[in-house]
Amino acid sequence: MPALSILTYPDPLLKQPSEEVFEFGAALRIFTEELEEAMRAGPGGVGIAAPQVGKHLRVIIIDAPEKNNTPTHGKQILINPIITKWKGMIKGREGCLSVPDYIGSVIRAQVIDIRAQDLEAKSIELKMQGYEARIVQHEIDHLDGMLFLDRLVSRHHDLKKRK
Amino acid sequence: MWHMLTLVGKDQACIVAEVTRVLYEQGADLGEASMIRLGGNFTIMLMVNFNGDAERLKVILTPTTKQYQLTMHIDKFDGKLHDHMQADVQICIYGADRSGIVASATDALSAAGLYVLELRTDVAGSSDQPVFIMEIEGYASKGIEALKRAVEVLADLEVSVQPLETLIG
Ligand SMILES: [Zn+2]
Repeated sequence: MPALSILTYPDPLLKQPSEEVFEFGAALRIFTEELEEAMRAGPGGVGIAAPQVGKHLRVIIIDAPEKNNTPTHGKQILINPIITKWKGMIKGREGCLSVPDYIGSVIRAQVIDIRAQDLEAKSIELKMQGYEARIVQHEIDHLDGMLFLDRLVSRHHDLKKRK
Repeated sequence: MWHMLTLVGKDQACIVAEVTRVLYEQGADLGEASMIRLGGNFTIMLMVNFNGDAERLKVILTPTTKQYQLTMHIDKFDGKLHDHMQADVQICIYGADRSGIVASATDALSAAGLYVLELRTDVAGSSDQPVFIMEIEGYASKGIEALKRAVEVLADLEVSVQPLETLIG
């Protein structure tokens, strides 16, 4: 059993925005270890945000598998992440550890630049695309009290047809 | 227990609201549903959890089906909620309409391991030049490459077989 369990909708804590992290240290490190454990406990989880376990801190963990020759950054613990640049839009299928048994389509930016801090409070900048960029956008939404359900679009009409 | 309720009739305002109101007032719970307009008709397939048998459900709904001239069919079934299979492939097929497209496509695909989870077809274009379009979401039990090989028999049609990737986060 992981130390932290994942909250599921309609828990109101999922709709509550998270606070910026100022204290970096052992407690934060231990928390991220437990958060990662919670992410890996479920089937297929590739990302998690702190509010999903009821802790309202701006902390996310992602781990995008490498697919179709698109490079990823592997496991990343991102503290206070912000997106500084967006490019392109693409529709994709999303589910959520906090919304079991539902898959929906969501439009996300295709390429993003992000800025965050690592566990030592050092500033990091990363460029992400495709699936990995989608995960980060999904998780940052959690930090703002948003779920993918708030962004659903039709599964049957894609961007091309709408032009 | 769960029943599958099927209703079909000419599309009119308020069918859904009326049918679901009656079911709600009789204490029935609704589950998964597919409601769609097909060829000017409105079709409803609805999972109804109802504490009674199919006959009783029919009696309850008959005034509404008479009023809206809907044909009704009810089956008790063993289904349940939260029993979704995750789609991992999307197949789109289109081309000049001819007879037998669905049969030959689904025959080839199912032999190659496809479980169809959702299938939609439309005949677009004009009556002179009808264009057939089919979209399938499914689960590729023998992998996507097997499906790609299987659709090679549909040489007169445009076919795309794309993996469906789902993020869980
Ligand atoms: Zn989520």
